[in-house]
Amino acid sequence: MQFESWQAFIEMGGYGFYVWLAFGVSFLALALVVVQGLRARSKLEQEFVKEQQRQLRLARRKQEVS
Amino acid sequence: MWRWLHPYAKPEVVYRLLGRWLPWVSIGAAAVLATGLVWGLAFAPADYQQGDSYRIIFVHVPTAMFSMSLYIAMAVAAFVGRVWQLKMADWALAAIAPIGIVFTFISLFTGAVWGKPMWGTWWEWDARLTSQLILFFLYIGVLALYHAFSDNRTGAKAAGILAMVGVINIPIIRYSVDWWNSLHQGATLTVFERPPMANSMLIPLLTCMLGFALLAGALVMQRMRNEILRQELRRPWVKMELQQGEQA
Amino acid sequence: MQATSWQALQAVMRRDLMVVMRRRSDVLNPLLFVLMVVTLFPLAVGPGPDILGRIAAGVIWVAALLSALLGSERLFREDYLDGTLEQLTLQPQPLALLAFGKVAVHWLLSGLPLVILAPLCALLLKLPLEGWSALVATLLVGTPILSAVTAIGAALTVSLGRGGALLSLLLLPLFIPLLIFASGAVEAALVGTEAWPQVLLLAGLSLLTLLLSPFAVAAAIRVSVN
Repeated sequence: MQFESWQAFIEMGGYGFYVWLAFGVSFLALALVVVQGLRARSKLEQEFVKEQQRQLRLARRKQEVS
Repeated sequence: MWRWLHPYAKPEVVYRLLGRWLPWVSIGAAAVLATGLVWGLAFAPADYQQGDSYRIIFVHVPTAMFSMSLYIAMAVAAFVGRVWQLKMADWALAAIAPIGIVFTFISLFTGAVWGKPMWGTWWEWDARLTSQLILFFLYIGVLALYHAFSDNRTGAKAAGILAMVGVINIPIIRYSVDWWNSLHQGATLTVFERPPMANSMLIPLLTCMLGFALLAGALVMQRMRNEILRQELRRPWVKMELQQGEQA
Repeated sequence: MQATSWQALQAVMRRDLMVVMRRRSDVLNPLLFVLMVVTLFPLAVGPGPDILGRIAAGVIWVAALLSALLGSERLFREDYLDGTLEQLTLQPQPLALLAFGKVAVHWLLSGLPLVILAPLCALLLKLPLEGWSALVATLLVGTPILSAVTAIGAALTVSLGRGGALLSLLLLPLFIPLLIFASGAVEAALVGTEAWPQVLLLAGLSLLTLLLSPFAVAAAIRVSVN
C-alpha cells in the first residue's frame, strides 16, 4: 500500500481533484454506455412481445371472420 | 476464407456464440480492470517527477490505445462487409463505433485533466492530444453518417466507406500533426519518452490495458447482439430464442 | 459500337463543363465567398500588416476548405435527381474513371479559379511578397485534394438531400493534413527557409489522393444510387 491513510489516498499528494475527476468521468461515461446497451436490449424485448401480441390478434381476427 | 466464414454469416449462430461468451468476457473485464485500477491507484509507487498525478495514466493510455485499435477494427469490418457482402460486418461497424467514440472521449478528457497540473492548462496543442481530437472528429463523422440514413443498411455501407477513407488518412494525419507540433515546439508529456518504466508501474499499466481490452470486447459484443436482434426481430429464430429465455 | 473508356471520360467531362457553363453562378459563388471571408478578417482583427501577414495563408486556406464544401453539392446533386448518376453506374466503362472525370471538371471550375484568385487575396491580406509563390504553389497542388475528397463526401450524402452541416463533419477532419502542410509551406517561405519540401509532399499526397479517391467515389455512388 502506497498510502498511509484513507485521507492520504483521497488527497493523492495534492492531486486528488484531478485524479478523481479523471477516474470519475471515465467511469461515468463507461457506465452510461453499459446502461444504454442494457436499455436498448430491454426495449427490443418489449418490441418483440408487442409484435407477438399483434400477430396473435391478427390471427384471432382472421378466425372470427372465417 | 469464405468456407471458413460461412457458418459465422448466420445471424443466429453469431448471436448464440456472443451470448455464450458475453458473461465470461464481462466478468473477466470487471475482474482484471478492478485489479489493475486498484493496483495502479493504491499500490503502485508515485512518480518522482509528477507525484501522484501520473496515476491518470492507468485510464488515459489504455483508452487512447484502444480508441485507435477500435477505429481500425471498424474499418476492417467495413472492408469485410464490402468485399464479402456480409451483413454481419456492417452491424459490427455499428456496434464498434459508439464504443470507440466513448474511449476516445475518455482519453481526451483524462488527457486534459492530466494536462492541468502538469502544464498548467486544461488544453495544450500537444501532438498526441491534437491527433486524438481529430480521431474524435473522424468517429463523429462516421456515426453521424450512419445515423443520417433512415435505412440502416445504406447507412452502414456509407459509414463503412467513410471509415475506410479515414483509416487511410490516419497515418497521414498523425504525421502531419507531429510535423506541425515540431514546428511550433509545444509541451509534451514526458512519461513515455523516459527510459523504460519501472516494473512496479508497468505491470499495473499492462493489467489495465488487458482490462480495457476485455471491456471493449464485452461492450462491442453487447451492442452486436442488440444490433442482430434489431435487424432480425421478425425472424422465426428470434422467437425461439427469446421465448426460451422467458421460460427459463 | 461501344465507346472506349477514353471516349466515355471525354463525354462525361464535356457534358459537365457544358452544364456548369450554363449556370455560371455555381462557379462564381464559392469564389465570391472566399473573397468575402478574406474581406472580413481585416475588419475583425484590424488592418495592421503584422497580424494580417502572419495569418494570411491560414485564412486563405481555411476559406478555400469552406468554399470547397459550399460548392460540393453541384458535383452530384442534379445528376442524382435526374437519374444521370444511375445511368453512369450502368455504363460498361469503369465507374471510377467516370468519377475521375467529374472530379477533374470540378477542379477546373473550383480549384483552378481559386489559384488565379489567390494573388488578389494575398494582396488584400498583406501577405509579404516572399510568401506569394509558396501560396500559389500550395494552392495549385493542394486544391486537387480538395476536389477529390469533397467528391467522396458529396457522393456519400447525395441521396440525403441535406448535405450541408453533415458534409462538413465528414470532410473537415480529412483536410487537416492539407491545411497543416500548406500553411506550413507558406510560413517556411516567410521565415526565409525552403518551402519546396512541403510543396513536394503536398504534390505527392495530391497524386495519391487522385489515384485512390475515384474508387471511393465510385463505391459511394453505388451505395447512394441503390
